[in-house]
Amino acid sequence: MRALVAMSGGVDSSVAAALMLEQGAEVIGVTLKQWEGPDGSMPVSGCCTLSDAEDARRVAAQLDIPYYVLDYVDEFTEAVVKPFAEGYLNGLTPNPCVECNRKVRFRALLDRTAELDCDVLVTGHHARVERSGGKYRLRRAIDPTKDQSYVLHMLDQSSLAKVRLPVGEMTKTQVRARAAALGLRTAAKPDSQDICFVTSGDYRDFLGTVVPAAASGGEIVDTDGNVVGHHAGTASFTIGQRKGLGVAVGEPRFVVDIEPREQVVTIGTKEDLLTDSCVAVDMSFVDEPIEPGDHVEVKVRYRTEPVGATAAPHAGGWEFRFDRPQPRPAPGQALVAYRGEYVLGGGTIVDARSGVTVGG
Amino acid sequence: MAEIYLDHAATAPLRPEARDAMVKALDEIGGNPSGSHAVARMAKNALEESRERAAELLGADRPDEIVFTGGGTESDNLAIVGSVRASAGRAVVTSTIEHKAVLEAAKHLHAMGSAWSTVGCDRDGVVMPTTCADVVGGNEATVSVMAANNETGALQPVAEIAGSVRGSQPGVVVHTDAVQAFVGGEVTVASTRADLITLSAHKFGGPKGVGLLYVRSGTPLEPLVHGGGQEAGRRSGTANVPGIVGMVEAMAATVSDRDRFRDDVGGERDRFEAVLADRLPKAAITAREVPRMPHFSHVRFPEIRAETLLIRLDRIGVRAAAGSACQSGAIEPSHVLTAMGMAPAAAAECVRFSFGWASRVGDGEAAAHIVADMVDSI
Repeated sequence: MRALVAMSGGVDSSVAAALMLEQGAEVIGVTLKQWEGPDGSMPVSGCCTLSDAEDARRVAAQLDIPYYVLDYVDEFTEAVVKPFAEGYLNGLTPNPCVECNRKVRFRALLDRTAELDCDVLVTGHHARVERSGGKYRLRRAIDPTKDQSYVLHMLDQSSLAKVRLPVGEMTKTQVRARAAALGLRTAAKPDSQDICFVTSGDYRDFLGTVVPAAASGGEIVDTDGNVVGHHAGTASFTIGQRKGLGVAVGEPRFVVDIEPREQVVTIGTKEDLLTDSCVAVDMSFVDEPIEPGDHVEVKVRYRTEPVGATAAPHAGGWEFRFDRPQPRPAPGQALVAYRGEYVLGGGTIVDARSGVTVGG
Repeated sequence: MAEIYLDHAATAPLRPEARDAMVKALDEIGGNPSGSHAVARMAKNALEESRERAAELLGADRPDEIVFTGGGTESDNLAIVGSVRASAGRAVVTSTIEHKAVLEAAKHLHAMGSAWSTVGCDRDGVVMPTTCADVVGGNEATVSVMAANNETGALQPVAEIAGSVRGSQPGVVVHTDAVQAFVGGEVTVASTRADLITLSAHKFGGPKGVGLLYVRSGTPLEPLVHGGGQEAGRRSGTANVPGIVGMVEAMAATVSDRDRFRDDVGGERDRFEAVLADRLPKAAITAREVPRMPHFSHVRFPEIRAETLLIRLDRIGVRAAAGSACQSGAIEPSHVLTAMGMAPAAAAECVRFSFGWASRVGDGEAAAHIVADMVDSI
């Protein structure tokens, strides 16, 4: 077997490459150059940077495997960065990692895997691909604190047949221990947290530079429409946000609505934020689609636990009625449906009132 | 798996003559050439003998017209930045197909306030002398046009360019980056008519990190590196004596090997292209209709991503390259091919195969079959 390993320069993909070698595969390491500075160089700080590529290269050298940097700047800009910026301008909270996985890693790079005459694409994601009865299943990682199945929900049967996620079978502690035992320089490297193409400051500064309109200000109102403050741009807000509102009110207030066209941000109490259901569009499924009336667990943002919900078709998408009211999910984020440990599929959350979606 | 090395234009293997001379120098030549005792004098002798030989091989009038540097990029920077800084108001004119060492040096000068104009090329990647003269006009400028392009191998009419720009403005300084051209054929002061000539050792079988700049006597030049005043004040810092000895040995070997190179190495390249043309009728050889270096073959394989082809060739031992790579190693869109009018998508389908002194009989034909098999299978 010949394996193409996407090496980010982090510990997980380093160990993934080593594990494939241990399994007897012929391994080729690649790093995707996804983003670049104005002079065409790779960014020097943050994730997916020159120093990360250098870490990946050094690990590849240590493992004695060929290593290449592949240029995906155009694909990444079109498929991830632009929709990210446009989504925020439309009051959405896009998930760039999901879009990257959907359009770059597990589409463009998967195509490239075949072009390079490799049998499988390997990444350092924490999730498990299982095969039973001729079907592939996508399962949560062994390490619940590191599970990344949420951002991999778009993998279908044909993708899963060509994808290997070896570190999903290990806890993060085991991954680091293995890296240390192998003497890999990435063994103690901190996990990356930031959005990879936002290289300095936070995403708000980034939005300001790529879409200056994101910084046009407006009013903050309460649920009765009273003006309670001002903001410097709706793109700085996400539904459910509590911090950084710049409004002093007695009890905690949350962003309950964002109207980018009028540049209005509405805040309310925790109760105002609650909703009985949400709608997702562009749903894809790991195998068979869900059926109307199915009871599933849904995860509506990355770092939350799934909650019970019942599925019903809704205007070309699916509505999920929560067992108990939940804080309103942010449009633009991914909704991923699970049954137990297994991913059923996922889509993009929309504001059921406007139908605005991200990316297309 | 037999390796076929077709990336001599990136770095040629060290010539054995250079290696032997370097080992001897490392073992036997201690001391600092700037010192006054016997050990220092030995280093100084080796350095100055090298300078004399380099001057002779380039057809320079005097040894002190040779400045040893840390490589081609440094030589290009010294030539361009050094000559512009030496006279107030001097402008820069470069072709659009120069190496980044030239373009970035010009860009830097431009950022510091100098005027910078560029001269384009035709569809075969050749810069036109008349266009150069038009762009220079009456301006006192440093004009930099490479002697052969590092992607396509197309030879540039540097001597004609020098003649024509001097015709419109006698005060011009003509620089040529001959880093690639020195390998492919004769490069001398007379053949280029340039005031400043850049060479880089590792392209012709010398060590990496060593180069030289020929500076015609009387050419104004400000140093970039200040210090102890070595190299007649034009490049301070203790000379890399073993490296310089190795470079000059490789220069001599390159010059005496030129007939064989043209016939044998050029023959391998020709057989490579003949087999490719036979097996892959859609493959298009760049700059085929114009004079180009005998060891270069720049080929576009329609609908084949160069990045993919290079990785698959690497797996089976064929080492080739695309136009240029960034620091991370990712292949970048080629400004040279863009300047020739090639669409970015087509430019991304081009691969450079560069034969060299170490190419063996049969390499051309063998490599062509491997490449054709690979293209057929993608």
